[in-house]
Amino acid sequence: MDNNGARLDTVFLAFADGTRRAVLQQLGRGPASVSDLAAPFDMALPPFMKHIKTLEAAGLITTRKQGRVRTCEINPDAHAAVEHWFQHQRSQWSSRYQKLDRLLETLKGKSR
Amino acid sequence: MKPDLRNSFVADLQKAQIIVRREFNAPKSLVWDCHTKSELLDQWFAPSPLTTRTKSMDFRDGGHWHYAMIDPDGQEYWGRMDYKTITPKDGYTLQDGFSDATGAVNPDLPAATWVVTFAALGERSLVSTVVSYASAEALQQVIDMGMQDGLMSTMERLDALLVTLTA
Repeated sequence: MDNNGARLDTVFLAFADGTRRAVLQQLGRGPASVSDLAAPFDMALPPFMKHIKTLEAAGLITTRKQGRVRTCEINPDAHAAVEHWFQHQRSQWSSRYQKLDRLLETLKGKSR
Repeated sequence: MKPDLRNSFVADLQKAQIIVRREFNAPKSLVWDCHTKSELLDQWFAPSPLTTRTKSMDFRDGGHWHYAMIDPDGQEYWGRMDYKTITPKDGYTLQDGFSDATGAVNPDLPAATWVVTFAALGERSLVSTVVSYASAEALQQVIDMGMQDGLMSTMERLDALLVTLTA
């Protein structure tokens, strides 16, 4: 749990850019090479590699090099950390509103 | 999940927003009362196993709600809502900040803006709440705090309980 704060920090920054979000979306469909990922963007390879490195540093993707081809893949564990936080928020609102449901039933009973 | 489009929970990471839509089986005016009267808020606002206790409330433009959420061990988590605009029965906007027992808002911690709207659906009603942080970094700070101050561990227990109850 202690490491989650630092990791979420990088995760948020990684998500905060349109190119990186598009790359994540593409990788959601399966592994892809850096050159395939870069193809849709009007961007030189060095700045594109910076985005790949940011995503890798955030733990959102893993990359491996075979010969001259670097292949990227989504890392399901890092997504789990963010997902966990949202699930927690969801359960908080759900619990709160279940209480409100019960209160409303009580109040409706009284006014009858 | 039930295919009920009127109930939804959406968390948008890029916009640092949480959007909650929820239908209630009660008329709009009653649901409005439950959101705007402290004696009613005290009966539902804090998620289980926490309870809510109002210290002071003044529901008007520029007014506030100062309250504590209390865990089963008696630990208090103070909050303060500052009402910005109120349109009776239809909605209100507020600033949700971290405070202490005196009601002083901690300026170093990120506040969230809430836009809450109420709509009638015959004898039922729909409440939409949009919680927005200034930036992804501000939201991040809130997440880190939750993990540090022990509230998260209470919530983790709650999550576990909910899983048990819904299993």
